[in-house]
Amino acid sequence: MPAPANSNAAYVRLAPEPILPPPLLSRGAIAWARANLFSSPLSGAITLALVALALSMLPPLIAWATTRAIWSAPDGALCRAHQDGACWAFVAQKLAYLSYGSYPVAERWRVDVVEAVGGALILWMLWPRAPRRGLGAALFFLIFPILAFVLLHGAEGLRLPQVDTLLWGGVFVSLLTALVGIVFSLPLGVLLALGRRSSLPIVRASSVVFIEFVRGVPFITVLYMANNMLPLFLPPGWVPDRFAPPLVGTALFSAAYMAEEVRGGLQSIDKGQYEGAMALGLGYWRLTGLVVLPQALTRVIPGVVNNFIGLFKDTTLVAIVGMTDFLAAMDNAFQDTVWSGPTILATGYVFAGLFYFVFCYAMSRYSAAMERRLAAGRGR
Amino acid sequence: MADDQNAIEFVDVHKWYGSFHVLRAVNLSVARGERIVVCGPSGSGKSTLIRCVNRLEQHQRGVIRVDGLELTADIRRIDEVRREVGMVFQQFNLFPHLTILENCTLAPIWVRKTPKRQAEELAMKLLTRVKIPEQAHKYPGQLSGGQQQRVAIARALCMNPKIMLFDEPTSALDPEMVKEVLDAMTALAQDGMTMIVVTHEMGFARQVADRVVFMDEGEIVEINAPAEFFGAPQHERTKLFLSQILR
Repeated sequence: MPAPANSNAAYVRLAPEPILPPPLLSRGAIAWARANLFSSPLSGAITLALVALALSMLPPLIAWATTRAIWSAPDGALCRAHQDGACWAFVAQKLAYLSYGSYPVAERWRVDVVEAVGGALILWMLWPRAPRRGLGAALFFLIFPILAFVLLHGAEGLRLPQVDTLLWGGVFVSLLTALVGIVFSLPLGVLLALGRRSSLPIVRASSVVFIEFVRGVPFITVLYMANNMLPLFLPPGWVPDRFAPPLVGTALFSAAYMAEEVRGGLQSIDKGQYEGAMALGLGYWRLTGLVVLPQALTRVIPGVVNNFIGLFKDTTLVAIVGMTDFLAAMDNAFQDTVWSGPTILATGYVFAGLFYFVFCYAMSRYSAAMERRLAAGRGR
Repeated sequence: MADDQNAIEFVDVHKWYGSFHVLRAVNLSVARGERIVVCGPSGSGKSTLIRCVNRLEQHQRGVIRVDGLELTADIRRIDEVRREVGMVFQQFNLFPHLTILENCTLAPIWVRKTPKRQAEELAMKLLTRVKIPEQAHKYPGQLSGGQQQRVAIARALCMNPKIMLFDEPTSALDPEMVKEVLDAMTALAQDGMTMIVVTHEMGFARQVADRVVFMDEGEIVEINAPAEFFGAPQHERTKLFLSQILR
């Protein structure tokens, strides 16, 4: 017998309550717009104002870059005649120089090969569903550096004429600097972070001194120091290549920042993880490499990629110590009087901006995808 | 040598946290195959005591011998002891970035150098023994607390330890999951494993323990067989403690 509704008697459920879908009001495009764009009169007004602003600014910009732009021309005359549009003809004309700098034309295929192989290996290594990614990584870290050095620098024995780094320039110098910086700064940063948390006083002190010193000095200063101090650390008679100091400087500078990022991750690991691993008999390096670092690095992906992105853009500063990176090549191209004109600078810098944006945005998206993937994989 | 008989020996062990004297003159011998339950109020030093066995905590005076090996600052010796001593923690301490199976095979593969295939077979056998073989390819975060703690037991057993330590293994569990973990521990005891268990589960102590050790304020107050310990406690502090937890 069911109890009367208002009775104080004991209650026993006789039939299960049905499971219902959520009400329709909370779903769909109109509901979304109402909640997010027009939730109040003020928010509606802001939405409309911003839409109006976008409508007034975007079409002229797009027209400047497309319909009114000059796409091909033998020299700057046409661009000077059409000052209301971008001068892509300039970029097209200078594209080879922007890509290779003064690398000899007959040898530029070597740069292409290095870029193609490097790009393919990076894709192989980073694409989550690629087969045998470990092999890709091994090739990338062990074989590719040798291949890149032999091809870019040259080897007389293989009938590859030597190309002085004085002639290197453009996109591949930027990419190479960023790559070397990224590949060396993360492991170095991890070692410095572990060093800073070490119980060995000398290891800890040296890590702290390095991190604090490098972080406390502007990047340009680090580059100048690398340029002038690197020879001091080499055996007498050795003269480092002019490209070496900026590479070393970039890697060391970024490593200091990376170290602090990684240290934050290490600190977030629960003490129980260390104890669980120690109780199983794992020594320091296995505990660190198998249990602590995989978790710590996963947690600091956003910060590490943030550093990578910063590093990528900081490669523009190697121009200060005499390397012709992509932006420096662009600046050199501006000096060409044949192409001088009022729209050249704007076009060139927009193009340069797009170049950096494409790479940085790709890194950002990849890291976001990795975060989602790792979070989903571990059921969190 | 007496060592042959005893799995673990504490001889006049002292430990301080700063100036706080957390273990005071502890003397205890645990025979091979013996099951010891350690109980006492919180802060009495019982966790510290068993954490000294695998040197998660260092003692500062006295001698601790585990399986005949004296624990000193020698790291190799410590790792040797840790390979033979399994430990189960209150907070499970599973590795969240590894699957259940990988949790269980990590140490056998990297510390014992067991071939992967063989380590996985053993892990599956032990996961079956704690009744969760079907969870092998999930991650710890996808399991309930009771399941995670049973994985932790299996993970420790995968190293084929001679001694198992349990540090309040059921204290972080929801009540309905306590039994499944205690059942796994009882089964382990019936197989003859040497065990030291810090727990408030007095039912478990009564049923499984050979001896119950009662600690208070860093010292061992009473050691007795469970029947005597619960039926006729000798020391006033033991009586007080039992009167507080047995309602």
